[in-house]
Amino acid sequence: MAIARRKFDAVIVGAGGAGMRAALQLSEAGLKVAVLSKVFPTRSHTVAAQGGIAAALGNVTEDNWHWHMYDTVKGSDYLGDQDAIEFMCRQANEVVYELEHFGMPFDRLENGKIYQRPFGGMSQNFGGAQATRSCAAADRTGHAMLHTLYQRNVRANTQFFVEWMGLDLIRDEQGDVLGVTALEMETGEVMVLQAKATLFATGGAGRIFHASTNAFINTGDGLGMAARAGIPLEDMEFWQFHPTGVYGVGVLISEAVRGEGGYLLNKDGERFMQRYAPHAKDLASRDVVSRALTTEIKEGRGCGKDADHLLLKLDHLGADVINMRLPGIREIAIKFAQVDPINEPIPVAPTAHYMMGGIPSNFHGQVVAPYKTGPEEVVQGFYAVGECACVSVHGANRLGTNSLLDIVVFGRAAGNQIIEDLKKNPHHKPLPADATDKVLARLARLDAQKDGENVAQVGTDLRKTMQAHCGVFRFADMLKQGVTKIGEVAERVAQTEIKDKSRVFNTARVEALELDNLVEVALATMVSAEARNESRGAHARDDFPQRDDDKWLKHTLYFSEGRRLDYKPVRLKPLTVESFPPKPRVY
Amino acid sequence: MRFSIYRYDPDKDDKPYMQDYDIELEPSDRMLLDALIRIKSIDDSLSLRRSCREGVCGSDAMNINGRNGLACITPVAGLKEPVELRPLPGLPVIRDLIVDMTQFFKQYHSIKPYLINNDPPPETERLQSPEEKAELDGAYECILCACCTTACPSFWWNPDKFVGPAGLLQAYRFLADSRDQASAERLDNLEDPYRLFRCHSIMNCVDACPKGLNPTSAIGKIKDMMVKRTV
Repeated sequence: MAIARRKFDAVIVGAGGAGMRAALQLSEAGLKVAVLSKVFPTRSHTVAAQGGIAAALGNVTEDNWHWHMYDTVKGSDYLGDQDAIEFMCRQANEVVYELEHFGMPFDRLENGKIYQRPFGGMSQNFGGAQATRSCAAADRTGHAMLHTLYQRNVRANTQFFVEWMGLDLIRDEQGDVLGVTALEMETGEVMVLQAKATLFATGGAGRIFHASTNAFINTGDGLGMAARAGIPLEDMEFWQFHPTGVYGVGVLISEAVRGEGGYLLNKDGERFMQRYAPHAKDLASRDVVSRALTTEIKEGRGCGKDADHLLLKLDHLGADVINMRLPGIREIAIKFAQVDPINEPIPVAPTAHYMMGGIPSNFHGQVVAPYKTGPEEVVQGFYAVGECACVSVHGANRLGTNSLLDIVVFGRAAGNQIIEDLKKNPHHKPLPADATDKVLARLARLDAQKDGENVAQVGTDLRKTMQAHCGVFRFADMLKQGVTKIGEVAERVAQTEIKDKSRVFNTARVEALELDNLVEVALATMVSAEARNESRGAHARDDFPQRDDDKWLKHTLYFSEGRRLDYKPVRLKPLTVESFPPKPRVY
Repeated sequence: MRFSIYRYDPDKDDKPYMQDYDIELEPSDRMLLDALIRIKSIDDSLSLRRSCREGVCGSDAMNINGRNGLACITPVAGLKEPVELRPLPGLPVIRDLIVDMTQFFKQYHSIKPYLINNDPPPETERLQSPEEKAELDGAYECILCACCTTACPSFWWNPDKFVGPAGLLQAYRFLADSRDQASAERLDNLEDPYRLFRCHSIMNCVDACPKGLNPTSAIGKIKDMMVKRTV
């Protein structure tokens, strides 16, 4: 079968905030860039980000980037790479002002400056008073940002391939990345998109868990493609459980609720967070708050007939504040929890939210993997930014509002790096003869499969296994069984069958291909978690409750082939300032 | 629960037909999208778009018992049975509940949906008062789901010439922005018997918007701006 081929300077897979910020940089530099997205760009999951984007503008309280850097390092439980964190926090103000200049509709203070609100884990003066650092457009900051970036790309005439799914990476014998194969969903055609630079901005994979704030499209496609191409996945045991998903549904209730003054209550009406984080209380780091909720439930102080959730109270903020600052939250609570938060608290429970791990990359957006010279060797032609990447600025736990910052800082940085790299490498390398063999075999297997299993059923079993064996608290025996169980799921994934054989907009085929990616992420997560014998950030082991810097101050690297683990050091040395050495983490 | 769903796969069907489903819902299937996903787990050929499942991405707009809405924020309780589901009206059908939105986005792009300000940007943010920002509220929140535009008879008649309520709401969003300098150019772009003035205030758009926005009111404000600049 002859496969159509197109050539571009750069191919970007994913059109969320990270992909579109990078695309803008490349389009404005006059490069020929193709941006692939499974959904129309404004439907990417960045749209669901609510509370804000972190930057030490100091519009409300005194602030500076160095304090922000300290908070991010501490929030990461010292697993974050301090060069990348310095890079991000130093650029924060500039990228936020840039978004404002692009037209992003931020809320405003009386003096006309960008409105900022407090968020968890953010402090002044290296752990002092609460900082007010999150720049917000009501509780729809992600929506405002994503639409603005799309609009700016319309102005720059960026070429989008809407409703195209990336299938696999193309690498040559040297390991260089030369582009991707992709599926046009409307026609069912497979195409080779050849590129001098291939950038993944495919977002998260929260759909490996049964209870998740994530959109259906968050299936870790970039991670699956990278893993199948021999690229390791970094720190996959670290998943953020957001403290406040709507109970029973999982839809996100922003930390902005607590930033504006809301707080959590148990069945006795007690503000229990003061027992877990006497200083920061409800605005402690998310890992700390999620463990507190889980402990309250476990110890019988949960609410409702099954004592399995807590309450988020905000009625005391008053109707005006709720309608002006949290209108989207009110809408979600009414629709999904059947309560109007102006009068009643919202039932909430910890819910899988964000993947701190991902494709190993540096702060220029280049993918790095062990090859000949060490773990930081650049994979030529391959870049990754946003949630699919592990830079690592979030380490073992991300601070709220640092994700929107991450995507614009590193989207822009990767764009700039690609522009420089293309000056040195102006020509396409020849494609290997077998560039499409594996992906075509995978598609042919799916189309020909008889008596196979239903994709939805296998997917449900995958999500339930992850939920039961790899949640907020982790237990040695459960993890061990989890590795076996998820391995069994992986065998079933290889035998899935779809009844729908149509070429036209075949979403059954898309979902089967997504499951191929989900299972790579699930395996990486379970295997990495089972091996890490300590508690750090979001990885909380019942049998190893303490952080162990002597043995475990290092990044995990998971290789799909042989399900093998390796490790690499944390980059503790910042770019210009003194390192923040690990110390006990209290809020 | 009983459903009657529009089916059409150009790969195998000569013409569209309605297919009936009678399925047992679980207590957790509270929204129409949950029910559709349950149907799809039984019949994987049913095709629809969906993503965020919380009403912010705009993927799963469809015609539900004769009204446009988002499946993910439409509770199944209270829907008249059989629940009749069709693709959004007025756009070509690709397959089942999936429509070709090219024309819709072409109209959106035609209003230059981006801030135009040719002054060199300052070192910090451009200042804007809370009152000036409030002018954008009720406009910037649009999720481009097309519920409004595909409920509009003026758009059905002239989809290539009339911008439609979603596009016009965004035209207003930039006209209303104190930071934008292209008001005259934007109004010129709409000064035409069709682009703006095919709106006859039928107000189907207001009725259809799942986000509670009011395109008709924004269109009225644009018309006022047109009048003001001629006198």
